[in-house]
Amino acid sequence: MKTVRIGAGAGYSGDRIEPAVELAEKGALDYLVFECLAERTIALAQQARRTNPDAGFDPLLGERLKAVLVPCRRAGTRIVTNMGAANPLRAAQYAAGLARQLGFPGLKVAAVTGDDVLAAIAGSDCRVEESGAPASALGASLISANAYIGAAPIAEALAAGADIVITGRAADPSLFVGPLVHAFGWSFDDWHRLGQATLTGHLLECAGQVTGGYFADPGFKDVAGLARLGFPIGEVSEDGSVVITKVAGSGGEVTPATCKEQILYELHDPARYLTPDVTADFSQVRVTQIGPDRVRVEGASGQERPDRLKVSLGVAEGFTGEGQISYAGPGARARGELALAIVRERLALTGVATSELRFELIGIDSLHGAALSTKCGQEPYEVRVRVAGRTTSRAEAARIGREVETLYTNGPAGGGGVTASVREVLGMLSTYLPREQAAPTVHMLES
Amino acid sequence: MKLRQIAHARTGDKGDTSSIAVIAFDPADYGKLAQAVTAARVKSHFGTLVAGEVTRYEVPSLGALNFVMRQALGGGVTRSLSLDTHGKSLSSALLDLDIPDA
Repeated sequence: MKTVRIGAGAGYSGDRIEPAVELAEKGALDYLVFECLAERTIALAQQARRTNPDAGFDPLLGERLKAVLVPCRRAGTRIVTNMGAANPLRAAQYAAGLARQLGFPGLKVAAVTGDDVLAAIAGSDCRVEESGAPASALGASLISANAYIGAAPIAEALAAGADIVITGRAADPSLFVGPLVHAFGWSFDDWHRLGQATLTGHLLECAGQVTGGYFADPGFKDVAGLARLGFPIGEVSEDGSVVITKVAGSGGEVTPATCKEQILYELHDPARYLTPDVTADFSQVRVTQIGPDRVRVEGASGQERPDRLKVSLGVAEGFTGEGQISYAGPGARARGELALAIVRERLALTGVATSELRFELIGIDSLHGAALSTKCGQEPYEVRVRVAGRTTSRAEAARIGREVETLYTNGPAGGGGVTASVREVLGMLSTYLPREQAAPTVHMLES
Repeated sequence: MKLRQIAHARTGDKGDTSSIAVIAFDPADYGKLAQAVTAARVKSHFGTLVAGEVTRYEVPSLGALNFVMRQALGGGVTRSLSLDTHGKSLSSALLDLDIPDA
């Protein structure tokens, strides 16, 4: 029976590079997929493209391709990635140029465009999910609108012979569904298999998160070799079931527990996981260990795909300003609390305009607030003061960090290690668009 | 005893919604898990941290529960003032939940 081997070479834009090289060299892969595009990343990329029409794709595209192209060509492994971000066409041109330089003329590089739907959304009455207001109410603060496109254009590019497929905003699992549909010749209304393929994509899309990364909890869940964590391989059968494994000798582990955590990761209703390709049902999924670092996952299914495509909106939402300072030794906590009280009073006294403020002690209550944090009664050796606030202007945001910095000479004894920062806030909202209004297009280039 | 003795957990985020999967180490403990860790318990454990409603989904084939918590991330990963904008650390807080020993 035919088996397709598909690997995950990255689970986010900054992910480790060597595990993908290991997969390309030793994974005997048919496809190597790099998922590198978080929601916010594409809005930032749109801004970059606006100032430079040649920019807006993933800055690590070159480094990743250089690392894997030779072993991928040797093994006949095709590459699929969303590193095109806001500019898939330029990314494909860049990749084709790079392939030529590396000694691979005639390589086919496909760009998938059509996810950028800003023109259709801006000024429209599409309802914004979070606010209930029409998109037109966002006015000039709307920076980007990208529809989650599905697996069909990826499968189309592969059918046309693409060796590398570069997309912008595609749904993460669709990056895997596309190659599987192409390889097995499945139909795009075979909801059952699309549901299974979506499960495979969901298991693999975060790369190391299914091979023991983001899992270890010493004494409860011990994982060996995390510094050499291997990335996953899915061995997919024609019936859609999958065995998750990794390259022998790499770090980490593939167990029922690592797979269960990833199956449920970021899910809402497990019986209705919505993607552009299918309404997937993971509620009856079963996992079985069938060998060392080999887990069979089966039992997913699916129903008809949603009518509308989800669109992720990037919106300029002002700034945040932040300052931090540390205190240590006897009385550290009391001095940290005094520092917070001083900054709180100073921000009011000097009239810093904020819409939201946080005052906290890192090491005491910064992550989960006072109620959950009071359980550990022991006095800490050191604390770090953190003040953060939201403002409408960059200048106002900078005043927050400055009020923390002035604690050096004006605050409690022994404060050290001030950091101050200002960050532009790019809020992400969502809306839905009828499928017909986003038309994905495949552009084929040659190196 | 603590939930951590019988289960492991992973947090995910979508916008201002946090989801936490709680999974029994031993599938035989699923019944105990389902009995002890209700949506109401999770909501009260997090207190003011979770402003919206908590929905529980049951996945017995994986020995797991999935909790979906609305308005839990200070407006969402891109605008939250929290150090942990994704709320990734919430799973660890939930494992501190007290559950019956039997």
